[in-house]
Amino acid sequence: MKRLIFFLLAAGLLTAATPEKNGYEVGDTATDFKLKNVDGKKLALADLKDAKGYIVIFDCNTCPISQAYNSRIIALNKKYASQGYPVITINPNDPGVSPGDSFDKMVAYAKKKDYTFPYLVDETQEVTKAFGATNTPHVYILSKELKVLYIGAIDNSTDENAVTKKYAESALDELLGGKAVATPKTKAVGCTIKWKNS
Amino acid sequence: MRLFLVIILIFCTQSIFGQTSKLVKVGVLKDLIEKKSDQIQVINFWATWCAPCIKEMPLFEKVHETRPDVQVSLVSVDLNLDPNPAKIHKFVERKKLKSTVYILDERDPNVWIDEIEKSWEGAIPATLIVNTKTGKKNFVSKELHEGDLEKLIDEVK
Repeated sequence: MKRLIFFLLAAGLLTAATPEKNGYEVGDTATDFKLKNVDGKKLALADLKDAKGYIVIFDCNTCPISQAYNSRIIALNKKYASQGYPVITINPNDPGVSPGDSFDKMVAYAKKKDYTFPYLVDETQEVTKAFGATNTPHVYILSKELKVLYIGAIDNSTDENAVTKKYAESALDELLGGKAVATPKTKAVGCTIKWKNS
Repeated sequence: MRLFLVIILIFCTQSIFGQTSKLVKVGVLKDLIEKKSDQIQVINFWATWCAPCIKEMPLFEKVHETRPDVQVSLVSVDLNLDPNPAKIHKFVERKKLKSTVYILDERDPNVWIDEIEKSWEGAIPATLIVNTKTGKKNFVSKELHEGDLEKLIDEVK
């Protein structure tokens, strides 16, 4: 009995000590969302009828790492949208904390950069929390059925000249070739999400 | 003799004003995290492009100056974006940083981030606080505000 109590206590302590794991892991099934796009209309993943899957990227205007990756994100859409994997970007940042990421500034940024893909705003930050995104940029590749197939980085260096591994592209090429993703989870240096002040 | 004095003088000036920030591999940081030390290790990850990092930096400088029981290391991850460290040296000089500054000289973040902290996805600012004697750790990947750092330090004491 004593041993059981000890075990329960220890288990309780362990649970308390482990930071709660939020968001999706590779293999989970995501829930679709409906968020406002820079064109003013609400968009859900299900609205993209021809897609075989989705490249969801949490991204923003202000993060210097996002800015460094901007042309690579545009190139990803250019290369993979026609093959069935369009890019959908979502700005997770609270404009109260990060004024440069306000909806108006998003509209201006998408226009300036000639975005041919959605740039959605997650006003309540609920979608960001559901995904468990922590960085900008943060990539989630999903199947048509919203199964999470890849989470992480675009490649292995923000300095484009030093890139030796294109993680997201490799994952997409494997999926398009009918193969499993060899490296489904990667990490990169990024900016923190600017959460609303509670 | 005169030459000797000059050398001594240069040496002293260098140790008083702006120490040069050292380029290090991740192993140096792992030593800080793992080697037994009498001081609590506070390791902050920052970059010159990261506005919230620069905003919270005075908190680390204050702990460095007022708490002999704590060793502060400020680790720049700038080279991931720009391979030229000149910008970092200039920043350290301009801000007159007193804490030890390291420049992380590693290439693939997918490799080195996990070596530092498994629960870290790589967003900065990020701060790791370790009591190397007990193994107690605190890790946060967000901007700290007045009082936060002391609290995180006290939790591992």
